[in-house]
Amino acid sequence: MSEHHIVTPKTYITIIAFLFALTAATVWVAFQHFGDPWNDVIAIGIALTKATLVVLFFMHVKWSERTTKLAVILAVLFLVVLLLITMSDFLTRGWLGVPGS
Amino acid sequence: MSTLITDSSRSNYLNAAYGIKSWLLTKDHKRIALLYLVAVSIFFSVGGLFAALIRLELLTPEGDMVQPDIYNRLFTMHGVIMIFFFLIPAIPAVLGNFILPLMVGAKDLAFPRINLASFYVYVVAGILGVWALINGGVDTGWTFYTPYSSMYSNTQVTLVAMAGFIAGFSSIMTAVNFIVTVHRMRAPGLTWFRMPLMVWALYATSIIIMLATPVLAITLVMLMLDHSLHIGIFDPAQGGDPVLFQHLFWFYSHPAVYIMILPAMGVISELVAAFSRKKVFGYTFVVYSSLSIAFLGFLVWGHHLFVSGQSVYAGAVFSILSMLVAIPSAVKVFNWTATLFQGSVSYQTPMLYALGFIGLFTIGGLTGVFLATMGLDTHVHDTYFVVAHFHYVMVGGTIMGYLGGLHYWWPKISGKLYPEFWAKISALLVFVGFNLTFFPQFIVGYLGMPRRYHAYPPEFQVFNVLSTAGASVLGLGYLLPIIYLTWSMRYGKKAPANPWGAVGLEWETASPPPTFNFDDDPVVEHEAYDYHHRPEEPRVA
Ligand code: HEM
Ligand SMILES: [Cu+2]
Repeated sequence: MSEHHIVTPKTYITIIAFLFALTAATVWVAFQHFGDPWNDVIAIGIALTKATLVVLFFMHVKWSERTTKLAVILAVLFLVVLLLITMSDFLTRGWLGVPGS
Repeated sequence: MSTLITDSSRSNYLNAAYGIKSWLLTKDHKRIALLYLVAVSIFFSVGGLFAALIRLELLTPEGDMVQPDIYNRLFTMHGVIMIFFFLIPAIPAVLGNFILPLMVGAKDLAFPRINLASFYVYVVAGILGVWALINGGVDTGWTFYTPYSSMYSNTQVTLVAMAGFIAGFSSIMTAVNFIVTVHRMRAPGLTWFRMPLMVWALYATSIIIMLATPVLAITLVMLMLDHSLHIGIFDPAQGGDPVLFQHLFWFYSHPAVYIMILPAMGVISELVAAFSRKKVFGYTFVVYSSLSIAFLGFLVWGHHLFVSGQSVYAGAVFSILSMLVAIPSAVKVFNWTATLFQGSVSYQTPMLYALGFIGLFTIGGLTGVFLATMGLDTHVHDTYFVVAHFHYVMVGGTIMGYLGGLHYWWPKISGKLYPEFWAKISALLVFVGFNLTFFPQFIVGYLGMPRRYHAYPPEFQVFNVLSTAGASVLGLGYLLPIIYLTWSMRYGKKAPANPWGAVGLEWETASPPPTFNFDDDPVVEHEAYDYHHRPEEPRVA
């Protein structure tokens, strides 16, 4: 077992400040108009950043051993597989049109 | 060697403690395996009862025994119970639980309490499922396709989805335990590439379970919300997309077919090596084939959606990827066959099941490749051809593997030998009954008989009569082991530590093993299946 890393309160406070700031950013973004996909892209981008901070610092993955990191990366990778391949259906469904209409 | 012959005065995991509490609160992986054995056998029997009713209804073309709405409930409950409560847990939670710590030379799994918890979570899920059953059951098919399941069915969709949701956590708990045990608790000298292939198979399966099951859980939650609150995620009338449900469902459920088959493949590798007295041909290839099945299995789910309105472009990609999965599957089949070549093969019951598996899985897998061809699937989708395909892999594959493994490790589990004569008879009945039941379904499906109807045109009757006749032979084949294995626990001949003369750590401890598995901590000095380095050991059974 690797030795246990002790996280200082300072780190936690910094991260939580970031999280609140990003939440505020989400709210602000929701009231702006960036043109079609961009509102979604930005909102999801912010959410992903927050999730990453939580995983790295609050869940201590930053200080974990390599196998743990690998497990986290693998999970994210498969989420990407799920979204990407599902989108390959949704994005190309219209290409052929509907016969008769 | 002979010092290891069991004597009943010796303390083992079965006689270490008595009383119902010592079983229900046990943290011993071997006892938990037995609890699971009892539980999955009950579910197998209930699922089998539904199958019997389905086959009886289909004996005649008219829908004369049950009404269509009852028939829909029968095949749904058959599928739900067999898949979620039997096939998925059977090999990992019964055989894996028992044998994995022994095979890696550990005293127990890494988290014994989580192991026990997984059993009770499974029981809670099972009780919920049975409760739903008593209160009307479900009629959506085990696949719960939307929007029928979410917006229209007034059966117990929410309860059954909840049962599936909970059962998933039980799988995850077992998987975590296996992964950590394999990483952390291998005996000194047991390097990764010395591990038995059964351990590799369970490890690969655990990874699939960890990655796929959460997606099933969230999908079922969305289904429950849609069914109970009509929020409309999958309802086109409210802007939802029913095909999205199919994507999410099969993202879990295609990998789930490998959750069911990979452990069986692990068993077969053990059996083929032990009964040919040879190292499995191309050991490393077989290892990598398990891992690549685990990975590729995640990329093919769209082959269930070819005619569901999925984009044909996505379909084409899924079609090609599906054919790729056949490659690692074939690697295994070829390597087992090559292992038999010039081996000193003996035909005890476990080996009969192994040979049955190899043949039947090959038919099941190859027909999978037919189905993965979009043009052909347009014709045979939702016909009995598909039903035959998946029963060849799940019944001809997984259940054959399960029974083969159960017989192989039975002397270790119970400390008793099972009656070889009856076991051979039943293996034969299972093989004949299985083929008689499911082979005609390929033909009748190809001729166009759709699945999930309680009545059919009279010209299909002959195939259905064959199927029903086969099912009764198969049922008898399954009944016999329940009887003689139970019988042997009390009256069977005492089993020595290593009745098959096999190599592997599980055979180096007593039968049944002591509570902490090994009297002296084992050290591994050889690679797996190194029959060529060992003196010939006598086969007792
Ligand atoms: C060798 C690789 C395999 C390929 C290429 C393959 C391909 C397919 C395809 C294309 C379908 C969809 C057919 C349709 O609905 O029209 C299908 C259905 C199915 N397969 Fe396989 N399969 C393979 C192996 C397996 C294995 C190993 C299992 C289980 C242990 C399995 C279990 C199932 C099940 C349960 C269904 C039917 C699902 C349902 O609609 O109820 N398959 N397979
Ligand atoms: Cu599939």
